[in-house]
Amino acid sequence: MSRVTELLINGVKYSVDVDAGASLLSVLRDDLDLTGSKYGCGEGQCGACTVLLGGSPRRSCITPVGDAARKPITTIEGLEKDGRLHPVQQAFLDEGVMQCGYCTSGMIMTAVGLLKVHHDPTEEDIARFLEGHICRCGTYRRIIAAVRRAAKAPQEVRS
Amino acid sequence: MKTPQSPLVNHPLTREKGETAIPLLAKERCPESGAVTPLLNKEGCPKGKAVTPLLKKEGCPKGGVVIVPAPLEPERYELSAKPSYHFGLPRRDFFKLLGGGIVVFCLLDRPLAGQEAGRARRPDESLPQDIAAWLHVNENGEVTVYTGKVEVGQNIRTSLTQAVAEELSVEPGSIHLLMGDTDRVPFDMGTFGSRTTPTMSPQLRRAAWTAREALIDLAAEAWKVDRAKLVAAHGAVTDPESRRTASYAELAKGRELARVIPAEDPLTPAAQWKVMGKPLPKVTGRDIVTGKHRYPSDIKLPGMLYGKVLRPSAFGATLTSLDAHEAEEMPGVTVVHDGNFVGVTAASLRAAESALAALNAAWKSPPQPSSEELFEYLKKNVEHGEDRDRHVIGSVEKGLAGASLRLEQTYTVAYIAHAPLEPRAAVAEWKDGKLSVWTGTQRPFGVRSELAEAFHLPEDHVRVQMPDMGAGYGGKHTGEAAVEAARLAQAVHQPVKLVWTREEEFTWAYFRPAGVIEVSAGVASDGAITAWEFHNYNSGAAAIATFYNIPNQRIQFHPAKSPLRQGSYRSLAAAANHFARESFMDELAHLAKMDPLDFRLKNLTDARFREALGAAAQKFGWGQAKPQPGHGFGIAGGLEKGGYVATCAEVAVDPAAGQVRVVRVVTAFDCGAVVNPDQLRNQIEGANMMGLGGALFEAIKFENGRILNPHFAQYRVPRFSDAPALEVVLIDRKDLPSAGAGETPIVGIAPAIGNAIFAATGKRLRSLPMAPKGV
Repeated sequence: MSRVTELLINGVKYSVDVDAGASLLSVLRDDLDLTGSKYGCGEGQCGACTVLLGGSPRRSCITPVGDAARKPITTIEGLEKDGRLHPVQQAFLDEGVMQCGYCTSGMIMTAVGLLKVHHDPTEEDIARFLEGHICRCGTYRRIIAAVRRAAKAPQEVRS
Repeated sequence: MKTPQSPLVNHPLTREKGETAIPLLAKERCPESGAVTPLLNKEGCPKGKAVTPLLKKEGCPKGGVVIVPAPLEPERYELSAKPSYHFGLPRRDFFKLLGGGIVVFCLLDRPLAGQEAGRARRPDESLPQDIAAWLHVNENGEVTVYTGKVEVGQNIRTSLTQAVAEELSVEPGSIHLLMGDTDRVPFDMGTFGSRTTPTMSPQLRRAAWTAREALIDLAAEAWKVDRAKLVAAHGAVTDPESRRTASYAELAKGRELARVIPAEDPLTPAAQWKVMGKPLPKVTGRDIVTGKHRYPSDIKLPGMLYGKVLRPSAFGATLTSLDAHEAEEMPGVTVVHDGNFVGVTAASLRAAESALAALNAAWKSPPQPSSEELFEYLKKNVEHGEDRDRHVIGSVEKGLAGASLRLEQTYTVAYIAHAPLEPRAAVAEWKDGKLSVWTGTQRPFGVRSELAEAFHLPEDHVRVQMPDMGAGYGGKHTGEAAVEAARLAQAVHQPVKLVWTREEEFTWAYFRPAGVIEVSAGVASDGAITAWEFHNYNSGAAAIATFYNIPNQRIQFHPAKSPLRQGSYRSLAAAANHFARESFMDELAHLAKMDPLDFRLKNLTDARFREALGAAAQKFGWGQAKPQPGHGFGIAGGLEKGGYVATCAEVAVDPAAGQVRVVRVVTAFDCGAVVNPDQLRNQIEGANMMGLGGALFEAIKFENGRILNPHFAQYRVPRFSDAPALEVVLIDRKDLPSAGAGETPIVGIAPAIGNAIFAATGKRLRSLPMAPKGV
């Protein structure tokens, strides 16, 4: 099977040597120690592992790393710029969303992806777009409020 | 499954120390408020309001020491009665370890704390034993709190920080909590039963107060002024007259001062709180939104291998043959076979998964019941209960005879899974015969005991550390992954990490007990309930007693042989018992042709519960608006663990498909003085959201020792589209001690939804989940 030797993550080139069929999540977490993306189910059912691949939300647990090799990857670790949180990150803090916080990074990545394509989503839009994510602590309404809040941030800040 | 003994016997404090350890707990458990009154009787706790003679024997004796059951409730089946140990303080010089400054110990034993109150200890004196927690102000003025409680999403790291900030007069940012590290913190039974807020928080507040007083003493001594004139605020002591100020850092410099908390109650009344009672954001929030926080499954050690465990084909299966040849040939793979335990290690998780898949094993398992026959099975397999599980007052027969209306119904609840989003995970490392484990658990000391027992080690050879984890909901009281990782690490002489898959978590963890609940009652023509009989088979005794005023009662919990491994779940059986009781109350109200709220109030004198019902009803508009066609309103409520909850729900039932959508939920909650209103709201919202899953669609399906739906695609949990509008009314009782809030708000949602479905459709649903495929 073919190998993947280089990945572009959060603007940084990483040298790896992994099987192209390995899951992107396992490479991020185990090979590169980027543990902000979480394992929740390994089956694309919970969204905890979500990263942006070429700007679009992808379930890294069911994405072969070979599919990610030629596209820029953004993980939760790459959202903060020069000490400034991304508006979605800030909104999660401002809305007091988190209980255990384990689903948070995946939620934030999908929300960032949503705001790239939809500048002013309604509550229903947000719920539909995030339907594939599980927050077992049940903070869904707060997450919706956080994404609505982030949508009010200036466009240049959230891209 | 062992049937645990009386909780008093199980209580590690009681067993070692006799009753002397109890008064400390008792103080919080017999408040004027009746905060935990369901456990106490009228005679012993005269100002309590709810009278629940179920546990009468263990109630408050007149005038003496209050003896109450420890928070280890009998239905926490997963906690078998094992030897437990007190934390022995490390003999090494405490201050050498911590650095200089001021240390305050919270003693378990309150009278002892009284004797030693305020007395300074010289550094060479022996340190007190039986410590519940301690607090250290170092020479930089930084505060570290050492507690065995753990953060699992209930946000106690934040609320305890507020508690310390309040009494020590420091900024929350200068406080760090070291939690759940068995080598660094005093013994703690575990984080369950909503005990942190009523017990640990006041302890830490007293410790913080003591430290503040010590700092004021130091300033008074240095300045030779009357200490009463000095003011402590914002991490400094000030003399308003001379305008001198010394920071805590300056005052603690070069000191080695140890104190114990006082016996008197110096705590700041809730009405004067400056930090508590206000919404402080989650203290680790930034680390979470940036992905920096390391959960147990994120821990990595140098030279660490990845492990996998071969799971049996069914529960109770024994290994009959194993061909590990192919796996053993794989580079870097080790196969560990020890009795029924088979595991592999490899340099990567992917290699470990391949090795696991290459194992060829045969298992033999006994035939086992299936979910289809579950409820008959439970009724047929009742085990002998204890007297404490039985409660009788008056004569049910006489009460029924005097009733004009009679009703009996049966309710059932399915097994459900906690499904915390972070599955069980552990990293284990052996060094010089000692074992260190990082793992996600609500009971680090319990896991330490499990490991010590499994590997025949003294407990001080085992260290368990618990990074703030990805939730538990009562489902992570045990140390399965820790034991497995440790066994693999022992074999390969390298650290090993083991993270359960979702399927493993759904299969090999334990479940919320299933149960059958039979209820019957009689109602007089004026709507007064004259008789009440209530039998719970297997699901548990928590909140089984009725809080309505009924002169004739027979209530009993019947333990049964459980086909699946079962254990604690958020609120224990309180959710099941409230579902049955509050659904049945609704049925009785309709039978008596009374409004469900009026019917409850007619039979209820508990003032706090009445207030909660009234507050929820008012916010919801109960009795004001009529539901739209296809919609229905339901109300339910109850009390447990010192919290009073009332829940109103509006549902919409799609007439064609029968799909139920919960449109709106209003919850009123009274848990005494509110510590952090925003995070309390979050807990209440979350409890409703989680409870909605168990109410409508969550159920574990099983057959012959196998779980049939161990995936999120098959086991439906609430998602965004299920989220109703959630409104919370906080009843902030600043005159009452704070109770925990992580569990009780869950008990109202299922019956409120069921009652609303009945209002919408005329269909009474008596089985949880009520509408997995619609009504």
